[in-house]
Amino acid sequence: MPEADPILSMRRISKSFPGVHALDKVDFALQRGEVRALMGENGAGKSTLIKVMTGVEERDEGRIFLDGREIDPHSPHEAQELGISTVYQEVNLIPTLTVAENIFLGRQPTSMGSLDWKKMNSSAVAALDRLNLELNVKRLLSDYSLAVQQMVAIARAVDVSAKMLILDEPTSSLSVEEVEQLFAVMRMLKAEGLGIVFVTHFLDQVFDISDTITVLRGGQLVGNFVTASTTRVQLIATMMGKELKELERGPARVASPDAPGAESLIEIKGLARKGSIEPFDLRLNKGEVLGLAGLLGAGRTEIANLLFGIDKAEQGNVSIEGEETNISSPRKAIAEGFALCPEDRKSAGIIGDLSIRENIFLALQASKGWFRLISRKTQQEIAERYITMLSISTPDADKKIKELSGGNQQKAIVARWLALHPRFLILDEPTRGIDVGAKMEIQNLILSLSREGISILFISSELSEVVRCSQRVAVLRDHVKIGEMSGDQIDESAIMHYIAEGAR
Amino acid sequence: MKRKLVVLLGLALCLFVALGASAKTYTIGFAQTGGNEGAWRDAETASVNAAAKDMGINLKFVDGQEKQEVQIAALRSFIAQGVDGILLAPVVATGWDEVLQECKQANIPVVLLDRGIQTSDDSLYVCKITSDFVQEGKRVGEWLSKKMGGKATIAELEGTPGADPAIMRQKGFAEGIASYPGMKIVLSQTGNFNAADGKQVMEAFLKANSRINAVFAQNDDMAMGAIQAIQEAGKRPGKDIVVVSIDGTRPAFEAMAKGTLNAVCECNPLLGKIGFETLIGAINGQTYPKWVIQTDGLYEASQAKAALPTRKY
Amino acid sequence: MKASKFKRFMSQGNVGKLMWSVLALALLLVFNALFTPVIFNMKIMDGHLFGSLIDILNRATPVMLMGIGMTLVIATGGIDISVGSVSAVSGSFTTVLLVVYGLPLAYCIVVGLAVATFLGFWNGFLVARVGVQPIVATLIMLALARGIATLFAGGQTILFSNRAYEFIANGFLFGLPFPITIVAVVFVGTALLTRKTALGLFVESVGCNPVASRYSGINVRSIKWAVYVFTAFCAGMAGLINTSNIKVADVTRSGEGLELDAILAVVIGGTSLDGGKFSLAGTIIGALVMQTLTTTILTRGMPVEFTRVIKALVVVLIILIQSESFRKRMRNLVWRKAHEVAS
Repeated sequence: MPEADPILSMRRISKSFPGVHALDKVDFALQRGEVRALMGENGAGKSTLIKVMTGVEERDEGRIFLDGREIDPHSPHEAQELGISTVYQEVNLIPTLTVAENIFLGRQPTSMGSLDWKKMNSSAVAALDRLNLELNVKRLLSDYSLAVQQMVAIARAVDVSAKMLILDEPTSSLSVEEVEQLFAVMRMLKAEGLGIVFVTHFLDQVFDISDTITVLRGGQLVGNFVTASTTRVQLIATMMGKELKELERGPARVASPDAPGAESLIEIKGLARKGSIEPFDLRLNKGEVLGLAGLLGAGRTEIANLLFGIDKAEQGNVSIEGEETNISSPRKAIAEGFALCPEDRKSAGIIGDLSIRENIFLALQASKGWFRLISRKTQQEIAERYITMLSISTPDADKKIKELSGGNQQKAIVARWLALHPRFLILDEPTRGIDVGAKMEIQNLILSLSREGISILFISSELSEVVRCSQRVAVLRDHVKIGEMSGDQIDESAIMHYIAEGAR
Repeated sequence: MKRKLVVLLGLALCLFVALGASAKTYTIGFAQTGGNEGAWRDAETASVNAAAKDMGINLKFVDGQEKQEVQIAALRSFIAQGVDGILLAPVVATGWDEVLQECKQANIPVVLLDRGIQTSDDSLYVCKITSDFVQEGKRVGEWLSKKMGGKATIAELEGTPGADPAIMRQKGFAEGIASYPGMKIVLSQTGNFNAADGKQVMEAFLKANSRINAVFAQNDDMAMGAIQAIQEAGKRPGKDIVVVSIDGTRPAFEAMAKGTLNAVCECNPLLGKIGFETLIGAINGQTYPKWVIQTDGLYEASQAKAALPTRKY
Repeated sequence: MKASKFKRFMSQGNVGKLMWSVLALALLLVFNALFTPVIFNMKIMDGHLFGSLIDILNRATPVMLMGIGMTLVIATGGIDISVGSVSAVSGSFTTVLLVVYGLPLAYCIVVGLAVATFLGFWNGFLVARVGVQPIVATLIMLALARGIATLFAGGQTILFSNRAYEFIANGFLFGLPFPITIVAVVFVGTALLTRKTALGLFVESVGCNPVASRYSGINVRSIKWAVYVFTAFCAGMAGLINTSNIKVADVTRSGEGLELDAILAVVIGGTSLDGGKFSLAGTIIGALVMQTLTTTILTRGMPVEFTRVIKALVVVLIILIQSESFRKRMRNLVWRKAHEVAS
């Protein structure tokens, strides 16, 4: 930013955790009276940057300046003393205390060694007044709505001679009216000259409130924008790491999903679960690859979890080959010939201490029950077949799976599901975090499986993969399925325009 | 006028109490520790109940549930009910001053049963009536020394480490054999006052030292375990290896009758009679030493058969 | 080449860890061979073996039985601290039914074991169904089961005299104390049940990653439930041995603190408290290590004040030796020292 005299400036901040470069030489600056949106997909490094700013995490390298003075906060408390205040996603106040007590918790005014209630209450009223808020400060915090609680948290944060305020996803649980209320407060603070860092994943809100935008991707700074002169497509392209020129083409039109002669396998009608996905319809034909596109958190994994019985749907129904089926658990889903290769390989996929062989035949064994153990010879055959087929690189099948590289672990998990010979395979981010070669192999595998007649629901953040593999793509935004495209209509820029502009 | 009346009433009351002393039925409260401490405490409670019946005492019994606050509440309710005296088997040793002060003000004497307390003011209670653990150990030690002719290779089974009876009985036993240089304790380990550990320890001892010819178990349970271990090692308890213990439970008397246990010093839980006698004495103004020692009898195998039918616990 | 092959062998499954516990046992025995040779004295008495080594095997049996069950519970990522109390329940019921009600022994034993097993069923219900943390659920049972045992016996210790009942702990088969046969049967049975069916795999899978196991179609709930039931059954048998041993149902003391011994046996045996891979053989070795230590201390007549400290120190040492990162650190230390000396 060309403007001089920023409140906060961070230079070449790096931070790594075992195995991850969370931040890689990131620069960041915040001006007086500015609302700066901090954007990026999950894992881009937003929260690590905030944590470094507020002293929760120690940076590995880089320098931080506040009002031109170098600072080195070691705890949120220290940061607050310096003037960096933070309000987190979950309100971390105490609902069973009064509003005034919450505002002054830990720094209660005292007179002659005892609590000065009068002073505390009147100061609390003043602090709220600054935000144009009128509350009965003697009432319990839990008597007020979440939005008001959020405001109280802000009042608490900005009361202590704050120079800047960090709002970490403050709107995720607020209604539209409540968001407006919050924005009004933000505008007021901004007018007072406070700098505000606003972390969110709601595009609309970014364009509503922010003056400038900083985008991180994979721990690196990938762009600084002035909101007024930026388009949504531009922003999404940056977040996803695509060239803008790819997006210059116009948006695609949506076509009917039905291809002639297709045989339907799964028919979903009005399936929904509050907080994860709004009601949607979807059908999947035999041998078809259906891609799910959308930003992270748009509801892709939620659909996968509903279909596989991990989460229970609250409304709507699923029919398999025309017969309505209630899939209430993964066991039932597997019995129906479903398979799910989950998004989070480490926590939901691999059984780390077991061998590759055991990991591969585990689901098959579970479907056969506990009593009849698959013979060691068959186990070995199955394992070796898939090790060869998916070119999993390992000296033998008895190595612990956690000792494999990410890509090979992924392939072993895919093998676990292929060993079941499913008719419907859900792949949730099967290529994340694996190298290019392995990615290609998995993509090719998807295509060959579909040729064998297996229906596949393919979820990926990488649009090029979705475009390459899918015969049809369903597009999601903010937990709503906003449309489908098929055949020739599918291309990356069309999908991105779709996500950016919606088609409601 | 009013004052006169009060004095008169007071006099009448005194007269009434004095007259009642000889023939009256006493009301006495008993705050037991409660909970589950096994046969010994059950026997104590039974003895208090039986003595109350014999002596025509109106007994108010409260189970302390092994909690001091319950016992304190019991004492206060005794005061409110206007009992003549209180028997207390205190759960813990400290924290009694306040409630005992209240008893004193109400002129109700308190006798402590089978355990002592720590207080800054000894006048708060009449006395404690307990066994003398050191004495028990000493008597067993002396008996064993005589039996073995002053020469023995002894294995000792200790109680739970740190427990009062374990420390005192060990001390007493050592005193009892002190004047006989031929009495040697060669192995000593804890059997935690229970039979299973007693058996395991003895089993190991017998293999470690084949010359052991006497066993001192600090309670009967461990002695029962040790006797089994001796039998399983192919030796005769009571003959090849002399076994002595403390407590005098019924199983111990049965073992003596069979000849597998040689002698036991009883730790008498039958404190009911002596408790009431002391208390009634105190009500009538008698004074007692602060520690009334319950005399514990030592029984030999030869007396066991005769004593067995009368054993109450 | 040979070295690397050895390394692979060591890192495979729990073979490596098992070897360390065997090593610990061997070291203890070597110590005894040098300083307490009397432990190795063995003779034949009344047609059966008699000696400290037999005592060690015999006295370790209750902990072995509890340990076998506990191994599976720990492998699922849980823990059961109620086994000691549950063992008192089987002893209490069996003895009271036999002595007070005069029922046939076989019937008494079946009821005693059934009641204990039911308590495990309740543990499993709380853990697998209600979702109570295992340590909390079984802590409740630790108190509850002791209460049930005491209540059923009316707070009394109950003596019995019954040849068949006494045989359980005091009898001999094949020249060895009968409890050894019981453990052998349970051990072989459990090993077959877990390794010749898919149960062992499922248990390890659930313990290592319950989420992934559920996604793979394993009935995580049933597996967790089953291990608590089985452990209580094992504890019930241990309780019969304990009671039979001293010919008294000592309801307030029987099995007291054995849960900790059982957990230690599992840990020494190389099964991680985090759950996952388990080794039944390791647990047996672990129980033997603990009992050898106890018998050594008793035989040597070490001062009572030190016995607990000595036990604790030896156990800590064994567990440290098993820890790969500790060994690595020690190796580095030694290597650096050697380097310093050299230069």
